Amino acid sequence: MSDPHIAISVRDLKMGFGDFIIQRDLNFDIKTGEIFVIMGDSGSGKSTLLRHLIGLQKPLFGKINYADMSFWDAPEAQRKALSKRFGVLYQSGALWSSMTLFENVAMPIREHTNYGEERIAALVQFKLALVGLAGFDAYYPSEISGGMKKRAGLARALALDPDILFFDEPSAGLDPISAKRLDDLILELRDSLGTTIVVVTHELASIYAIADSSIFVDADAKTQTALGPPAYLRDHPPTAKVGEFLRRGDGKNLNEGEAV
Amino acid sequence: MEYLLKTYGESDRGEGELELVVSGDWAERGDSALVSASGDNKRRNFGADLLSDLETALQAGGISKIRFDTSNLTDWDSKLIVLIIAIQQQKTQNIEIDDAGLPRGLRQLIALSRAAPARGDRGDAKPAPGILETVGQQTIGVFSRFKASSQFLGVSLQSFGRMFTGKARYQKSDVRDFIFAAGPQALPIVSIVNILLGVILAFMGAVQLKQFGAEIYVANLVALGQTREIAPMMTAIVMAGRTGAAYAAQLGTMQVNEEVDALKTFGFSPIDFLVLPRMLALAVMMPFLVLYADALGIFGGYLIGITVLDISTIEYIEQTRASIDIVDVALGVFKGSVFGILVAVTGCMHGMNSGRSASAVGDAATKAVVSGIIAIIGMTAMFSVLAAVLGI
Repeated sequence: MSDPHIAISVRDLKMGFGDFIIQRDLNFDIKTGEIFVIMGDSGSGKSTLLRHLIGLQKPLFGKINYADMSFWDAPEAQRKALSKRFGVLYQSGALWSSMTLFENVAMPIREHTNYGEERIAALVQFKLALVGLAGFDAYYPSEISGGMKKRAGLARALALDPDILFFDEPSAGLDPISAKRLDDLILELRDSLGTTIVVVTHELASIYAIADSSIFVDADAKTQTALGPPAYLRDHPPTAKVGEFLRRGDGKNLNEGEAV
Repeated sequence: MEYLLKTYGESDRGEGELELVVSGDWAERGDSALVSASGDNKRRNFGADLLSDLETALQAGGISKIRFDTSNLTDWDSKLIVLIIAIQQQKTQNIEIDDAGLPRGLRQLIALSRAAPARGDRGDAKPAPGILETVGQQTIGVFSRFKASSQFLGVSLQSFGRMFTGKARYQKSDVRDFIFAAGPQALPIVSIVNILLGVILAFMGAVQLKQFGAEIYVANLVALGQTREIAPMMTAIVMAGRTGAAYAAQLGTMQVNEEVDALKTFGFSPIDFLVLPRMLALAVMMPFLVLYADALGIFGGYLIGITVLDISTIEYIEQTRASIDIVDVALGVFKGSVFGILVAVTGCMHGMNSGRSASAVGDAATKAVVSGIIAIIGMTAMFSVLAAVLGI
């Protein structure tokens, strides 16, 4: 029953804490090798959805399927094995502050493989070079800039050559040039490695540049209000809010009365 | 800053119109405004006289429209905007407000402040819970907190077990760093506290024992009290304030920084990786710190013995040696390592459960110290009762 072209399928997902519902009835598929963008207004639960996908938070209801496996119904050992195929870039990089960049990237490789030190070192150098941080091995996270932390976090996310990469607000806090470079890198990773990529963002330039498909989660409706390629959604917005979001508020005059 | 209210007749406008002429500098950017603010009521209640004059004029009746003349207004800032908004809110009396006479920038700022609808409940709509509800919630909270703490302790001890079977993943260099921080670096404060405790114990005993001419027994009191009870308890309290708080702050900050999440997604157990090395460091160092504290406490008592109580050095040492045996020392050391684990676990638990903000990390450190100290004193009492019952 499962389609080999589908990497992740989400069915009737309900997220929240106890009685407090953040989103309900989320249904979407993420195809293998596509760049899928999760967008939404502030407080809509974009990052929470990401936490559900990578197994940090349990759904209140519904299923998240990876290929044939329902993530939250599987035993913990299987979940762990599956997580090894994920790479996650957290919003601020989330580098382990007590370790150098080299150790940060090396640690997952050491944990999940039995490679010798020499091979690990070569792999780490390569990943750091890939994100433009060659020569920064011995630096601690506190000694580098925010943008560099993000890139180092990406090097670590790439450490195990993941099948699926997750990005939480990759361009937040980056200058436009660095943000553009990161977008290019994301496209390059998909094209050269065939990695499936899930990105949480509300950066419009980035959305149009990289997304193959997207979902819009609405904070007021508390469910998804749009699903599809962002350019199509901009031209055929299913709700006024989605259209406004994708056109940056339509450039409405402030004096023209109350916004939505 | 001047103003003038012109009603019909004066203003040559239509009947029922009121013109508000605002002129001069309404921003008061000069230094004098800031410095002279105290004591100058007119400045403090900026524009209050304007509002009250306006109200009087409106109460007189017959006014259906307010317009503005700001042609001689030289400067203005948010203070004037707030005044205008206050005037606009008087719409209840069916008075039309014509804002055409206001500066364009001011009108736009007012429009901007209204562009996004205000949230209806302002976030404070929740009624304050009554006394019954508070007591109930707190009681339920005590049980759930106790359950959570026990679970965390259990999980941490399991991690200890995994260490012995070699399955736990953590950094050996972390253990070394934490041992250094919890051991050698803690010596100065442990020294000061315990010497003074020995001094206090000696004085306390001397006052009573002098009445019976039994000053020599001060040595017994200090040696026994220090090794069995005071040294482990006070050293643990010092470590709770020093190291337990540090652990909570470290792990709390890691939580804020998503470092703990990153560990989880890479398949590392945060307990093994973060809690175990810290627990290990305190469990290893506390027995040594307690032994050190024993020695310094006895030294403090000795200083008082030979100076104030005229006991000779030989006598004091002999008396001390006779009063304690290895069981007393061992009991203190054992308590010390239990307290060490307790301090590490409470510190780490509050750090791991910390919220994701600066104040939450502060709360975590506070809770770590408070609950650490309560646990230490509670356990000390329990140990004393047990020791008495078992005759140790």
